[in-house]
This record gives sequence, C-alpha cells and structure tokens, in this order.
Amino acid sequence: METTNEVNEVKVDKKKSSIKDKVMDIFSRYSMVIILIVLLIAFQVMTGGIFWRPLNVTNLVLQNSHILILAAGMLLVVLLGHVDLSVGSVMAFVGSIAGIMMVNNKMNPWVTIIACLAVGALIGAWQGFWVAHVGIPAFIVTLAGLLMFRGLTQVVLGGQSLAPFPKVFQKMATGYLPDIAGGEHLHYLTMIIGVLLAAVLIYNQWRARQHHKSNLFEVESIYAFIFKAIFTGVIVIGVTYIFAAYSGYPIILIILAVIVAAYGFLTNKTVPGRQIYATGGNKKAAELSGIKTKKITFWVFVNMGVMAALAGLVLAARLNAATPQAGTSLELDAMAAVYFGGASTSGGIGTILGAIVGGLVMGVLNNGMSIMGVGVDWQQAIKGLILLLAVVLDVYNKRKKVA
Amino acid sequence: MADYILEMKDIIKEFSGFRALDQVNLNIERGEIHGLCGENGAGKSTLMNVLSGLYPYGSYDGDIVYNGDTCKFKDLSDSENKGIVIIHQELALSPYLSVKENIFLGNEQANHGVIDWDLTEKKTVNLLKTVGLKLSPNTLISQIGVGQQQLVEIAKAFSKSVKLLILDEPTAALNEEESANLLDLIREFKRQGITSIIISHKLSEIVNVADRITIIRDGKTIETLNQGEISEDRIIRGMVGRELTNRFPDRHPKIGDVHFEVKNWMVHHPVDSNRVVDNVKDFNIKRGEIVGIAGLMGAGRTEFAMSVFGHSYGNDIQGNVYKDGQEISVKNVADAINNGLAYVSEDRKELGLDLLMDIRENTSVASLNKISKKGILDKDQEIKSAEKLNKKMSTKYSSIFQNVGSLSGGNQQKVVLAKWLMTEPDILFLDEPTRGIDVGAKYEIYTIIEEMAASGKSICIISSELPEIIGMCDRIYTMSNGKMTGEVIRKDANQETLMSLMTMEA
Repeated sequence: METTNEVNEVKVDKKKSSIKDKVMDIFSRYSMVIILIVLLIAFQVMTGGIFWRPLNVTNLVLQNSHILILAAGMLLVVLLGHVDLSVGSVMAFVGSIAGIMMVNNKMNPWVTIIACLAVGALIGAWQGFWVAHVGIPAFIVTLAGLLMFRGLTQVVLGGQSLAPFPKVFQKMATGYLPDIAGGEHLHYLTMIIGVLLAAVLIYNQWRARQHHKSNLFEVESIYAFIFKAIFTGVIVIGVTYIFAAYSGYPIILIILAVIVAAYGFLTNKTVPGRQIYATGGNKKAAELSGIKTKKITFWVFVNMGVMAALAGLVLAARLNAATPQAGTSLELDAMAAVYFGGASTSGGIGTILGAIVGGLVMGVLNNGMSIMGVGVDWQQAIKGLILLLAVVLDVYNKRKKVA
Repeated sequence: MADYILEMKDIIKEFSGFRALDQVNLNIERGEIHGLCGENGAGKSTLMNVLSGLYPYGSYDGDIVYNGDTCKFKDLSDSENKGIVIIHQELALSPYLSVKENIFLGNEQANHGVIDWDLTEKKTVNLLKTVGLKLSPNTLISQIGVGQQQLVEIAKAFSKSVKLLILDEPTAALNEEESANLLDLIREFKRQGITSIIISHKLSEIVNVADRITIIRDGKTIETLNQGEISEDRIIRGMVGRELTNRFPDRHPKIGDVHFEVKNWMVHHPVDSNRVVDNVKDFNIKRGEIVGIAGLMGAGRTEFAMSVFGHSYGNDIQGNVYKDGQEISVKNVADAINNGLAYVSEDRKELGLDLLMDIRENTSVASLNKISKKGILDKDQEIKSAEKLNKKMSTKYSSIFQNVGSLSGGNQQKVVLAKWLMTEPDILFLDEPTRGIDVGAKYEIYTIIEEMAASGKSICIISSELPEIIGMCDRIYTMSNGKMTGEVIRKDANQETLMSLMTMEA
C-alpha cells in the first residue's frame, strides 16, 4: 500500500499541465456551474426566448427563494454527515404561528418575524440536543420532527388556512426595491447598486491578489485575472439589467445575497466553519484535535431551525396564507440542491456556492419545463433522473482524481 | 518418523516487495498442542492466513501438506471443509443474532433453503455442552461476555467437525479465570484427538499448555522447542535475538527536572465500567527526556495515553496530572492542548488525519486559535505556518493544498507531527510513531523526535517494537494488565529484561 502511494506522489510531481488537462480540471471542478449554464441556454432556445424575459427571471427568483434559504442551512447539516427531514414541517409550523400572531391577533409583523425565528431556533435546539448530546441518529430525530411539526401545524390552524397577511409582511417575499430616480423603463437604483456591486467584487479580487503577491504566494496570471474580472462584471451587470428592466431587485434577492455572503464567509473564513468541515470529515480526529464536536453539531441544528423558520415565513408571505400543507416535501428539494452542488452524503465536502447552484439547477428545471408545458408528473421524473446523473458524474470525477 | 497432521514447507509470502515470510517451516504433530511465538509483526498471523486460504494458493511459494496431501486452498471455506478452523483475536460473531444463529451462520441447517430450527437448536445444545457453556441457544451474542463469546466461536468451529484448531491470542481479552478454563478446554480437546495451534503473547500460558513451540522472528522460523527445552527465558531469547544495527540517531540527552507527572491514575472501560483498564500509581517525564512505554497488545498503553490526553478514552477516570509541580486539568481535549499536551495517535487514518482535507488544513486543525482573530481565519498566516512546519518535518509534497490521502505513510506521519508541533506542546505522547512506515522514513521520524527532545520538550513513546523503544528512550516503563510493572533506565535496557517485565502477571 505504501508503495502505491509513493507512485501517486511521483505522478503528481511529473504532471505537466497540458491544455487538455486544464480543461478537464475546470470541467470537473465546475461541472455543476457548467450544467447550469447549459440548462440556461437550452431553455432559452427551447422556450423560444421566453425563459430569459425579465418577468420570468424575476419569477424564477421569487418562486425558489425559500428553497435556496433551506439549502444554505441544509448545507451545514450535510457537511456534518447528517440530514434534516423536518424542515418542510417546521416551515409550515412557523407559518401557522405567523398566521395566528398577525392574522388572528393583528400583531406587529416585525415582532412576529423575530418571534418566529426564535421558535425556529428552539426547534433546532430541541433536535440538536437529541442528535448531538444523546447521540440519536439525525435521520430518526428529524423524521420524528417531520411528523410532529406537521401534526402541530394542523393543531394550531385547526385544519384551516389563515389569510391575509399585512402588506409589509408580504413585501418580504414579493416586494421590490423602491426606485428613487423614477425611471420609466429601467429601474435606476437597481442598476446603480448592480454596477457598484460588480466594482466591489472586482476590487476585492484585486486586493486579494495583491495581498497574496506581497506574501510571495503564487498568484494566477494577469490574463486569467482580467478574464475573471470581466466575467464577474458581465454576469453581475447583465443579470442586474434583466431585473432592472422589470421591477428592479426583489427584496428577497437581497436577503438571499446577504445569506449567501454570510454563509460563504462562515464556511470559508471562520474558525467555526473550519470546525464544521473537520467534524464532518473525520469526527474522531476532530475530537482529538480539541474540537467540541457536540457543540458544533448542536449549533448547526439551531441554525437549520432558524433557516427553516425564515423559509417558512418567506413561503407564507409569498402565498399570502398560512396553510396546513405548506412546505410539504421541501426537505427533499433542499437536500437535492445540496447534493446537486457536490456535497458528500458522508459529510466533510460541500460549498455554499455549490448548494446555491444546485438549488438554481432545480429551480431552472422546474421553471423551464413549466414554460414548455411539461406536466408535473414528467417534471418529477426528469428531475429525479438528472439528480442521479449529476451525482454519478460528480462521484466519477472524484474517483478519477483519487485513482 | 513423527506423524504430522500438517507440514508447511518453505513458505514464502511477499507483499509488494516486502518479504513477510521467508522460507518458514512449521510441522505439527497429530494430537499435540503447538505454540507459535514471535513479536508483533514477526509473521505469525500471515502464516496462519496462508494456511487458512485467506491468501489463496498461488499468492505464496512453498507447500502445505495436510494429512499427507498437498493442499491448494482457494479460500477459507476450502480449508474449513478439511477441518482447519481459525479463531481470530477479533471475534467474528454477529452481535444481534442468537448463539444458535451465530454457530450455524453460513452453514445453516436447511432443507431446500428452509432452515430447520429444531435441528439447529438440538445441535447447538450438544455443541454448547462440548465446550462447557451453560447458555440458552437463543441468547443474543451482545448479552454475553467476551469469554463466553470465545467459547461460542469454538463451538462454531466444532460444528464444522474441526480437526486442526488454530487460536490467535485466545486469552487476550479474558480474565484469569476465563483464561484458565479455556486452557483446560484445549487440553480436553487434545484428549479427544484434536490438534491445536495457539498463538499467544502470554508466555506463561504457552509454557503451561503447549507440547512443542515454534518461534518465528522477522518472517523466518528460528527454532522449534520440544518438551523439556521449553522455558520462558528460552522463548524470549528466541523471539528477540536480533542484531541491533545503527538504526537510530545518536542521543546526547540534556535532562532536567520532572516536567510532567501522572499520579494514581485509574481508568475504567468505556462500556464495561467495572473493568479497570489502567491503574498507574506514578508516571513522570523529565524536561528533555524521552520516556518509553513498552507493553504487549492489550496492556493498556494507548488507553493510558488517551485517557491522560483530555479523557479521550475510558470512563470514571480518577487521578491527578501535574505539570511543573502544578496540577493541571485534562478533562477535555481542548484543556489538554491548552496545557501543552499533544497526542499523536497510533492510527493515522482513523484518528490523526482528515483524509478529505489538504496538508494545510490538517496541519492547522488543532491550532485554529493561533491563526485566527475573533473567530476569523487568517488564511495567509495558515499557509505560512503550515509550510514552515512541514518544511521542518521535511514532508515531501508538491503543494500545501495537496490532499493528505495522496501522501505516503511516512509523509502522512510527518503532517501529523507538524500538526501537533503547531500547537506548541511541551509534552508529546507518540503512539506507535513509526507504524507502517518504511525503514528510511523511520530514521527521519526518529531524528525529528530527538530534535524535539533536544529543544526541551518532554516525550513519551509508546511502541510495540522493542528495538525502537530501546534505541530511542532514556527511560522505559513496562506495562502489563494496565499497571506499570517496571522502570528501566537506558543502560540497563535490553529486550530480555523488558520482555520478561512486559509478560509479568501484574
């Protein structure tokens, strides 16, 4: 065994980075992004240009926002090698509490939102306690949660839907950024923010590059940097233009952007983030390195509870109703998004960008096929098949890298 | 001419260039109890795996003659059909199946695929009587102790009408009474005409029960002792009698005052909380000293080190730990690390490394507080530290972002050492630091250890390889049955002394 490892090392050293290797490397590393881009182009063609219309792109974001929020929380759970089956039910339960507070008791929407997020955190703490401290498998604990919270939702709502919600609350999921300049065909504030955002992103890339250079680390060539900068600029400004041509940035998109940035920061740049990866990759080794894996597991479930609550609020706000069946089977969509995005079922591998791209792939499939008039029955079957193929491709790529 | 039931002739077995068995000869007389002795890694288990067909015919050279026929076993069931059954140290029973289900597992008493449970039960009752077990055939394996499980394994062997029974460390997990019963049983089998081979580290037992003994060292047969020649001293001489060449760096220790001390340390088994795994009265390391713990498998060495390192093994742990005379807390791993302790585990892949992560992340994982401010990682600092430490360890890698899974065993071990050096420890426990590492890399690791001691760190090496302990350590504790049975300084240390202390009944 030792000898085969030695051989591998030599291979790594000798590997000349030919253009073909580089292309293969990029393909295997960004396979999900490439699949997403292919889908985006294919649907544009197959729907006869409807897909990329500003109205449709805006709808795409509004309709999938709650799944993307769930996927962000689920990523951390999956990184630990666990699953959370209860999030769909938790969404409905939190929605029902929001309904009772705002519809029946006319309470302030802001107070309601904070109370609902706190309920989510408590539910997460309840489940995290059993998983982390008692050692019950997360599958069982959250399966129980799936049943419990769906049942409690029906108890709270008495089998009825509650509606309507206050306008302020609805805006969270369906509102847009106000336009100060008052452009007729273009949302100016959105355009300004988009251009600034592109500038900040490119500046940050430049600063990181300079910083690495000053530390004498290897940096990418200046051409690669320029290419990346232009790519970033075109994507950000282009997408912004599409939103601006309709009603501007949806408020939920801004919430999503903040969540993605926060999770990206957490997983990439912080000690707790690194500890999550270490716990998921090899729990025993992490413990022997002084990492408190129980504490980590507990807080990851608390976080999942808060994200499920947020997703539940967003869904209730968009539907403008608290219904007993809200969020049914969305836990599966969230997990599919995370696995789509390259996360490993046994933990330790996965990125927030992957989870978001995975969620978008699912959303784009739903949206594109709906426009094309594909029935829900076939949509499900096709999504299932694509999930399997995507993960097979990912596993195949990784195996090739190790071998 | 003696009547041999088994002759293994000039067996050679190689693993990718490494010769594990080099022309080994083993002759077993019909109806005898034959002891097989040798150090860890001498080749005893490999030899038995060749015999059982686990390493199939063709993967080794030499002949196996059993009952006068040359045998070419393709797999385990081939040898079992001939009546050769091995009972391994790690029992192969399914915990949530009953005794009778386990005994006939893979050998179900069935008619056209339908199991005859009445017949199974009747046969089980008879088998249990043979091995002297008073148990219901329906008891679950998880409900009985290791000693009884061992007997169930033997009953299972009898269900296959065994003629040659091979027991690999049968008493390692048993207490004295259980061991005595088992040895009596083996003598009883002898009266019934069954031949046994026993592999054991407990030399007193072997001397007691065996008719003849074969000693293996470094993959070669050293000698076969006949009755009359057998004594513990004689066996030890045979087991360890190898020349020590210059395999270790020169040691010029500068030893200071007592730096680290463990007193009245009592550790219970994590599951069976009545069983005392470790009971160590006093253990200390002086500044700049390399101390060794020598002991056989199951002596409680790893358990001792891990329980001291943040209570990461065991239950109901009592005792005190002192550093520079001050009592320190080692209640959890974070405390232990903060108090300057480090533990390099014996199992790199299971306990030491995260194979999904790269060299940099593995190096920094135990010292994230050193490369972060207010919980935010300074990744540039991380890369610099990881590169510096791995350069110091002379880890060979193409990029610090390389996955540790792609490194050789020696280089993986260097990453683990780098990881623990990054925590800036004062006291390091190194558990089997050179296991599975080739000879060249071993020397490098020894040099690193020597340099760490020279820089004022206190080091404890746990190792099954006596030459390593003797070559590296200034002072050696011997351990047996969870207790320190002796303390030997460098100039008095030799393999015979250590082996007899290690095998002492404590």
